[in-house]
Amino acid sequence: MPRTDGVGAWLQITPLMTVLTLFLVVPIVTIAVVSFWGYNEWSFFPDFTLENYEYHLTAKVTWQTYLTTVKYVALTWIFTVVIGFTVAYFLAFHVRSLTWQIALFLVCTIPFWTSNIIRMISWIPFLGREGLANNALIAVGAIDKPLEFLLFSDFAVILAFVHLYALFMVVPIFNTMMRIDKSLIEAARDAGASSFQTLTNVIIPLSKPGIMIGSIFVVTLVMGDFITVRFMSGSQSASVGRLIQNEISLLQYPAAAASAVVLLITVLLMIGIMMRFVNIRKEL
Amino acid sequence: MTTNATLELASVTKRYGDTVAVDAINQRINAGSYCCLLGPSGCGKSSTLRMIAGHETVSIGDIILGGTNITDLPPARRGTAMMFQNYALFPHLSVIDNVAFSLKMRGIGMAERLGAAGDLLDLVHMTAYADRYPNQLSGGQQQRVALARALITKPSILLLDEPLSALDPFLRLRMRLELKKLQRELGISFIHVTHSQDEALALADLILVMNEGRIEQDGSPHDIFNAPKTEFVARFIGGHNVVDQDGGRVAIRADRIAVAKRGDGGSTLEASVRDVEFLGTTVNLALEAAAGDITVSLPDGDFFDDPIEIGDTVFLSWNAADAHQLAA
Repeated sequence: MPRTDGVGAWLQITPLMTVLTLFLVVPIVTIAVVSFWGYNEWSFFPDFTLENYEYHLTAKVTWQTYLTTVKYVALTWIFTVVIGFTVAYFLAFHVRSLTWQIALFLVCTIPFWTSNIIRMISWIPFLGREGLANNALIAVGAIDKPLEFLLFSDFAVILAFVHLYALFMVVPIFNTMMRIDKSLIEAARDAGASSFQTLTNVIIPLSKPGIMIGSIFVVTLVMGDFITVRFMSGSQSASVGRLIQNEISLLQYPAAAASAVVLLITVLLMIGIMMRFVNIRKEL
Repeated sequence: MTTNATLELASVTKRYGDTVAVDAINQRINAGSYCCLLGPSGCGKSSTLRMIAGHETVSIGDIILGGTNITDLPPARRGTAMMFQNYALFPHLSVIDNVAFSLKMRGIGMAERLGAAGDLLDLVHMTAYADRYPNQLSGGQQQRVALARALITKPSILLLDEPLSALDPFLRLRMRLELKKLQRELGISFIHVTHSQDEALALADLILVMNEGRIEQDGSPHDIFNAPKTEFVARFIGGHNVVDQDGGRVAIRADRIAVAKRGDGGSTLEASVRDVEFLGTTVNLALEAAAGDITVSLPDGDFFDDPIEIGDTVFLSWNAADAHQLAA
């Protein structure tokens, strides 16, 4: 091969660079720029003002919304970790044949054949006041009158989040677990570890990178969500995403951009903190 | 440590579905011996070891260690410890934590278990690496750590599954010496699975040659090498010729065959020289005889006193005592 001064290398990374620049860097820079613009009731205009940030960061509603959003993140994370770890553990260590592992894994992905929104909305006839769940519970005599908290509540929001995002936890954890050398489990048993000790001393520590990757998925998805919160809470709860959506619908683009920048920084900080705990680089 | 740790296998059998991996093995392994399970892959040697370790259930039969029936006991309560083929060190634990692992599982306090682990690291000369992680160690170092980890439970038998196969040839010879030395110092039994006859001959007090789930022959390395009882053993252990004679098949060591350039009319075998291989201290002749291919190993001095060329016809003879009758 003839010697090149890196031209070949530059050519090779050009397609990816172009895509990332056009669809990631340019939009983010645009948002960052617009977040400093000014606006009034009918228009927005180039400017350099910190008012958008000042208003966003000092408004009580922002802090309440962040609190609600973080609550959603925390609860969703707890449930998806428990469910994701359990499912992945079952697939990786209890299902012995590779064929069955692949088959069951594909079964897990079946819900993804329909869109998020449809999966979310399909909870409504199930959870509603006259929905399947309430009717069934009344029919078996477990309750006298419909349970009100099932739909249009935090419960419904969390349920939908867990339903939508549990697989994002299953996949990376399963992937890490499949790489655990089975002889390590035997070695633990040989050293007298009980099943529970093997779980806590060997499997969980070795699954940490997968748990962390899944957590990053879940945290970023829930932090940025607006549609699930809107549908499942019946527009009664707010999240940071909904805040931004509202500002956009009021055509307050600079305000929305400032909120978006703050959200982006918050999410990046959260990921940064998570990465400090576990080194996921060797998984990628 | 159990003082009388004689291991007895009583018609131990392992079946996987319809396949019999280990077929009713009866064997006694005395306390404090270095025993090698030798055989080709798939002969059942690993299954046997894993059954002794408790990582494989026994289909039929009993395993008795020091008078206790350990057939159905969990691995950690048998008085055995296993060193795995790829060492199976925990990648997320430092060397000292790996070694102390089983003590931690037993709920022994930090100071005490790290002290005990330190002593064992000392034994395998790995004290300087206590804080390293397994992926920062060479193959030989990982093996020492795996040894220390297995020994910390003070087992009466250490089970080693192809312990040297992952090492390069130079390191293999060195670790071989160290294993033997360690076994002598500790005075416990080592049961070592290998497919290498050199390893078995060099290490073992007792060799069990296995084939198709059975023990073909058991004995000291000297007995096995000098007097193989079956054709399989003769061929697997190497250095032997299997020759058809009037009374049946016999095995003759390649270095116990005399080569002459002229027949004396006695009971000699005529053969033509197909190949000559110089191996340093010996010269191997590959010969073609009516009875089949024969290898003769000559001391280099004898060979160079009267060299033999490819294509020569030679006459072979041996002492009747050196021809060992093989079981049909």
